[in-house]
Amino acid sequence: MSFSFTKENIKKIEDLKKRYPNNNALVLPLLWMAQEQEGYIPLEAMEEIADISKLPPMHIYKTATFYEMFHLQKTSRYNIKVCKTLSCSLCGKDEIASYIKEKIKDNNLFAYSEVECLGSCHSAPVMQINDTLYENLTTQKIDKIIEDLK
Amino acid sequence: MREIKIVSKNFSVKDSHLLKTALKNGAYESIKEAFSKTPDEIIDIITQSKLRGKGGGGAYTGKKWCLMPKNPEKSFLVVNCDESEPGTFKDRYIISKDPHLLIEGIIISSYAIRAHDVYIYIRGEYYQFQKILQNAINEAYEKGIIGEKVMGHPYRIDITIHRGAGAYICGEKSALLESLEGKRGHPRLKPHSPQPEYLFGYPTVVNNVETIATVPYIIKNSAEGYLRYGTQNSPGTFLFALSGHINNPGVYECEYGVSMMEYIESFGGGIKGGKKLKAVIPGGASTPVLTADEVKKARLDYDSLKKFGSSLGTGGMIVMDEDTSMVKALKNLLDFYARESCGQCTPCREGTGWVRDIVASILNKEATMQDIETLLDVSDTMNGKTICVFAPAVSGVINAFVNKFEDEFKSFLKSVK
Repeated sequence: MSFSFTKENIKKIEDLKKRYPNNNALVLPLLWMAQEQEGYIPLEAMEEIADISKLPPMHIYKTATFYEMFHLQKTSRYNIKVCKTLSCSLCGKDEIASYIKEKIKDNNLFAYSEVECLGSCHSAPVMQINDTLYENLTTQKIDKIIEDLK
Repeated sequence: MREIKIVSKNFSVKDSHLLKTALKNGAYESIKEAFSKTPDEIIDIITQSKLRGKGGGGAYTGKKWCLMPKNPEKSFLVVNCDESEPGTFKDRYIISKDPHLLIEGIIISSYAIRAHDVYIYIRGEYYQFQKILQNAINEAYEKGIIGEKVMGHPYRIDITIHRGAGAYICGEKSALLESLEGKRGHPRLKPHSPQPEYLFGYPTVVNNVETIATVPYIIKNSAEGYLRYGTQNSPGTFLFALSGHINNPGVYECEYGVSMMEYIESFGGGIKGGKKLKAVIPGGASTPVLTADEVKKARLDYDSLKKFGSSLGTGGMIVMDEDTSMVKALKNLLDFYARESCGQCTPCREGTGWVRDIVASILNKEATMQDIETLLDVSDTMNGKTICVFAPAVSGVINAFVNKFEDEFKSFLKSVK
């Protein structure tokens, strides 16, 4: 496949270049941009980013593979990420995790994973679906959230 | 016990994130005062206030700022909003409830260190809050609060949000700078003498969100005004926070030096379900755990927690009740560290996996006394032998859990026939 940034994104990139002293700083913002545009970051996008930031393609690949939130493969439409770290674990994460897993079983719309601390320990247990945070989860809340997305 | 609201004064105000509301509540009032002084005078005030960094390390802000050159060709202020320490969620309150307070602090701080370009590095998971902060920045640009001039003062300030992508280690300031430079978040070697940080080769200050948000208060109320609160070595207030087995989890600002137990009882409303307290992790997951007895004696300041072999960290307390399994809790934390180690140093990359596996075997009742010894041995190998403090912190966490709850760990051991 071939990859190119949309016209709108190309303009955004030109604006971004002015904000940094060095194009190396564009790597993370452009990886995000590619992921938002395509839903994941194909190799071709990394090559394009290398071209724009004037860095070797392997530099982009090396960076992209370090960060948990970058998807280098296509993903489901909704990525459910349940926080598994201590405060959530103390406040019933295990119960809601099994409930969610059961609820989305055999549904390709959803992908389930457990992630480390989402920075919302006071409203545990929590999860994120794509970029949206859901707090103080209960089974009733989960029912509604999942139904609304289906 | 009452809250002392310096940074959190507008948190409960409706629409406090909007410029219109913020201006009604005194936003940007310190700017005029700040620009009537020289940058060095501002650094002096911050030094006198003994403001300590609120991201976990507690370094003196004035000392950091003093390291910056007086006539830099270029220099940067980087605001650390990578808040990823388990148990910590205070900075998200600032950026979502009072982003203009942060921008006000940024203006004064960058003027003091003679920087014109500011980057706010924010963890990728905080996207919802990032949008609120970006709106506030846009509003500030539109109203001429930042940009080519700062409210009419001929000083350019540009603020750019830089989104991280899910790496705990990028909260470590040098890893953060590497990440900003488009690389993997691998911490840098530390210099042997005090030096500024460097971004793209230019001198840079990295400060936590709350630290910067405290600056306007100090400018408005003088160093003495800030020193009225707290203790001699821990002056001022802090956005302490509570989570875990607690009735009212949340962020409650109060002065340093108060009794930890009293804080937990009066703000947290006591332990959930009327149960007894077993332990508290005082300042984010990476600070060594305290037993209930220690919690009763501890005060929320740097010196007191040091006496208990722990530290104040980010002030995010994780409260555990009497039914908590300490072996399970430690396993949970070690899962975190094994996943988040950046992999640069061998003792950390390998060690975090080994200690997690050993504690898993204890939890599964498959371990013997020999395994606990190995655990402490590996923990020792992880301490002081790596580039950053990640592995030493894990070592401290393990030692406190195992030594303070030794009997519980032993009760999980396989009975040897």
